[in-house]
Amino acid sequence: MITFKGVHKWFKTLHVLNDINLHVTPGEVLVVCGPSGSGKSTLIRTINQLEPINQGELIVDGINLSDKKADINKLRAEIGFVFQQFNLYPHLSVINNITLAPIKIRKTPRAEAEKQAMALLERVGLAEKRDAYPLQLSGGQQQRVAIARGLAMKPRIMLFDEPTSALDPEMIGEVLAVMKDLALSGMTMVVVTHEMGFAREVAHRVVFMDHGAILEEAPPNEFFGNPKHERAQQFLRQLLTPMQCECP
Amino acid sequence: MIFHHPPLLHTSLGFFVLNYQFDWSVVTSGKYFDWLVSGLITTLKLSCISIVLAFILGLVIAIMRMSHSRPIRWIAHAYLEFYRNTPLLVQIFFWYFGSYKILPAVINDWLVSTNFEFAAGVIALTIYTSAFIAEDIRSGILSIPKEQMEAARSAGFSYLRSMQYIILPQAVRITIPPLVNQFLNLAKNSSLAMTIGVMEMTYQARQVESYTFKGFEAFTAATVVYLVLSIVITSLVNLYNEKVLNLHKAA
Ligand SMILES: Nc1ncnc2c1ncn2[C@@H]1O[C@H](COP(=O)(O)OP(=O)(O)OP(=O)(O)O)[C@@H](O)[C@H]1O
Ligand SMILES: [Mg+2]
Repeated sequence: MITFKGVHKWFKTLHVLNDINLHVTPGEVLVVCGPSGSGKSTLIRTINQLEPINQGELIVDGINLSDKKADINKLRAEIGFVFQQFNLYPHLSVINNITLAPIKIRKTPRAEAEKQAMALLERVGLAEKRDAYPLQLSGGQQQRVAIARGLAMKPRIMLFDEPTSALDPEMIGEVLAVMKDLALSGMTMVVVTHEMGFAREVAHRVVFMDHGAILEEAPPNEFFGNPKHERAQQFLRQLLTPMQCECP
Repeated sequence: MIFHHPPLLHTSLGFFVLNYQFDWSVVTSGKYFDWLVSGLITTLKLSCISIVLAFILGLVIAIMRMSHSRPIRWIAHAYLEFYRNTPLLVQIFFWYFGSYKILPAVINDWLVSTNFEFAAGVIALTIYTSAFIAEDIRSGILSIPKEQMEAARSAGFSYLRSMQYIILPQAVRITIPPLVNQFLNLAKNSSLAMTIGVMEMTYQARQVESYTFKGFEAFTAATVVYLVLSIVITSLVNLYNEKVLNLHKAA
């Protein structure tokens, strides 16, 4: 579904992706973690070409992204992307946020697009917010709308870049529940997150990045139970310590 | 094509004579009132047509200004600098006296057979105002967070479609107050079109003055009309700001 072969990327002189080799199979849920600045966002953003790569090969849903003839807009329509900061369209109501792309890109008739949008809003538990504007919603609600917006295009892949990092703790659960439900439905997902509970429970594989390179790649119980790389061990210790301090 | 020379300045003395007889009836009724009304209508027509065209042209220039292609950016930049930094009156004269010398005869004949003064006025005001509007729209676009463009592109919209459905609707909402300001400037600037014989508000006030020697009344009437126009439009904007913009803000 997604294949990285020796992918490199630089920002000027900064080597942000260093020889990435990775394969994601259909229906797989891959969690990416690593310290701040390790290149996780850059990695996930290359998958829908928000960031172009400089070297190597990246094949997504059968399309080689380096191919000049590749129709990137068409490919992006098949990939849902959920941002840390939600990035809903503030000038459109919830329902119009969700139906805009299906109507304009897929040419779905409005009535049908709205019916599908309502089904998605039911699924994320926000049917009563159909006519609200994004800024009238809480962060958790906005993120659930953003997930519904991504799903409205019936994507083959869903990408999540730290979807819960901007949320108050009490709202994280509602978003993770939606994502878990989605994972169980068989969606191919790449999720950048530090929610280790989610990773343990839902992920098929965990990838650990540092300084632009993938240092470790393992099933969750192996990664959490017995991390091989020293930096992964260190990362997990740091991740667990502050959380224990926060919840006395 | 006739250039209407305004009648000579033989009435200005009226302002300085102490026993000046005010006569407001000349501007509140009768044929001179009708002149002023027709002047107002021409001013509104001139301003409304020009602002719509200037908005469209300004939008195009703003987008060109942000294009990825360097030559296109440069052309837009040159356009802006040129039209913002030359006097409007010169531009009006250019389109009125200069343009027909370079335009093909067919277009000229057609222009003369229509209302050439008015057309030249519209062209000059449109182009001049579009340069200012383009900058307003551009700063509106720049004020939209780049994540909005990323969200739109991620959904599969092309760059131009993202602009159309996601960036510009937000940018234009932000730009409405400065745009209205441009409209008010335009309405006031349109009085310069009297110099090429467009029979707008100021031109008609001048006509009334030269026929009646009631310069004080005539130009007071014109002043009041411009003022009322400004106040009405400004209040509409305030209403818009309250009703529409707040809807998109946090409850
Ligand atoms: N557009 C850019 N231009 C230049 N440098 C960038 C750009 N985007 C990211 N970087 C740099 O690339 C490196 C990797 O950034 P990236 O956002 O991928 O990290 P991350 O793992 O997602 O970090 P975080 O956990 O803080 O989100 C960082 O050093 C960052 O400063
Ligand atoms: Mg990041």
